[in-house]
Amino acid sequence: MKALSELLQFMVRHGRTLTWIMLVIMAGLVIADLLIEPAYIRYPWDGIGGFGALYGFISCVLIIVVSKALGYAFLYKPEDYYDDEIRDD
Amino acid sequence: MIEWIHPSLVLIVGSLLLPFLNGRARQAWMLIVPGITLALILNLTPGEYGQFSFLGLDLTVGRVDQLALVFAYVFGIILVIGAIYALHVGDWIQHVAGFCYGASALGVVLAGDLVTLYVFWELMVITSVWLIWRRKNPVSFAAGMRYLMVHAVGGVLLLAGVVIYYQTTGSVSFDQIEIGGPAFYLILIAFMINAAVPPLHAWLADAYPEATITGAIFLSALTTKTAVYTLIRGYPGTEILVWLGAIMALYGVVYAVLANDIRRLLAYHIISQVGYMVAGVGMGTILALNGAASHAFTHILYKSLLFMGAGAVIYMTGKSKLTELGGLYKYMPLTFILYMIGGFSISAFPLFSGFVSKTMVVEAAAADYRPVIFLMLLCASAGTFLHTGLKLPWFTFMGKDSGLRPKEAPANMLIAMGIAAFLCIFIGVYPAALYAILPDPVDYNAYTIGHVLKELQLLLFTGLGFFILLKHVGGEAKISADTDWFYRAGGKRLVATLRNGVVATNRGIGNLFQVTWSRYVAWISQRYGKGGRLSRSWPTGTMALWAAILLAVLLVFGVR
Repeated sequence: MKALSELLQFMVRHGRTLTWIMLVIMAGLVIADLLIEPAYIRYPWDGIGGFGALYGFISCVLIIVVSKALGYAFLYKPEDYYDDEIRDD
Repeated sequence: MIEWIHPSLVLIVGSLLLPFLNGRARQAWMLIVPGITLALILNLTPGEYGQFSFLGLDLTVGRVDQLALVFAYVFGIILVIGAIYALHVGDWIQHVAGFCYGASALGVVLAGDLVTLYVFWELMVITSVWLIWRRKNPVSFAAGMRYLMVHAVGGVLLLAGVVIYYQTTGSVSFDQIEIGGPAFYLILIAFMINAAVPPLHAWLADAYPEATITGAIFLSALTTKTAVYTLIRGYPGTEILVWLGAIMALYGVVYAVLANDIRRLLAYHIISQVGYMVAGVGMGTILALNGAASHAFTHILYKSLLFMGAGAVIYMTGKSKLTELGGLYKYMPLTFILYMIGGFSISAFPLFSGFVSKTMVVEAAAADYRPVIFLMLLCASAGTFLHTGLKLPWFTFMGKDSGLRPKEAPANMLIAMGIAAFLCIFIGVYPAALYAILPDPVDYNAYTIGHVLKELQLLLFTGLGFFILLKHVGGEAKISADTDWFYRAGGKRLVATLRNGVVATNRGIGNLFQVTWSRYVAWISQRYGKGGRLSRSWPTGTMALWAAILLAVLLVFGVR
């Protein structure tokens, strides 16, 4: 348990290095996708190398922006919004 | 030698002994009962058992086939895991409720007819609600009441549908519902309520986060997945489910962005994940139905693992909000790692269980030539990783130090999580084990270079987006209104508006009456009151004058 905790702390201390390694892996994936011929082309985007990466990134940003916008516009309520339905008796 | 024992019977009878046991004896019994149940389930062979006639209806309490078995196996496994996770809990009511709830879910899955199904369906509601109430606070009680009421409505719809179905077809056997009309829709809506299909889903995100820590494991596993089973059985290829499922997958994601309570976030991701299954049912192709069934199987395992991880955090810290948590990885490293295995599984990382089942549904959408659905499901996949794999663990275990210094979770919790985590990885690494038990032969390979490349890019670049927007994705100390607003706040407002209307109308009519009455009284008193014209005393001279006028009139008109 202790060792595991220390391993994790070691990784956190070297977060910057790990981030760079991850970014290199990600770049490698896109390059691989550009080079490898798709097994089949069913849809227009199947032939585009790195489509998954682009779609993932756009999805992520869209989900956050749209949801937060909906939240601020309509959905967010104060935490005690429903408190009147509880009776302490 | 008894030929057939219903596994539910073992669970129910076994649970009856729990109130009388304490300490080690109770803990041992809590392992023995689900253990025997799982052994029974593993030994089930396809066939029809326990058939009898009741009030002229032909009932089958045990229909065992490949589809039922997929669900029965995983229910059996999760009962064992859930029991281990709850070993330290002294409250026997929870344990009895959990076992009976599991028995009811198994009863639904093994039911060969709609009447048996209905009985277990209702039993599932009244047993599971105790897992919410036993949290023993006013919030849970209120949430449990709402849960009960929503499912009571669902139960009535189901019963009405079954009655009409029986009257139309003369049979109560439960297979694909092929008749049209009200029976089709009533039963479908009842199933959809339990599957938490929007807008009928709010009960789930409302009640699950308020359940007991150990009860939430059973809740997250059973109700929605029995509903998925009934949908696969009764409504394969129902087009509307494709769209509802895809919308559902995204709907859960949107609300997960807004969620601050960790178990509420996970609850919204149940809705999102069940969306894949519902969409798969709607497509109805062999690949899609296999995908739905296998995703239900893997989902139960990784979702319970996630709930167990979140539960362990709540149990050890007493906090459940992202805004109050943070930096726990140093103190609960095992919980963190085990949680992350669940997180990678639900996100469908290669080598984890979600990858071999979720991509099957997504692939089914692509193969069925449904580009919009395909993209919607892919987008929801990104959202899943964003929340369950990044947002929740980041703001709970990493991120800022909340100052909390909890101990690691108790051994029984860790063991339960460990078993679930092992199964998640095992299925991810060796999907053939899962594919072998699916209803139809599987002609699908998740591990093609194309799939792995696409999935890894999708997920890792979602991660990039997360870290770029890190400042904006944290929890906020707010709650978000969902469709339960209509019966929690909207209903109250409607009642208040109606009340105000009635009061105002009453007052208006009262006023009108009073005004009219007082005018009338004034009018009367003007005439008959003191000094009124008609109450004046007339002098006799006037009488003589009137008599003379009368006679004159008679003279002119009357005498001819």
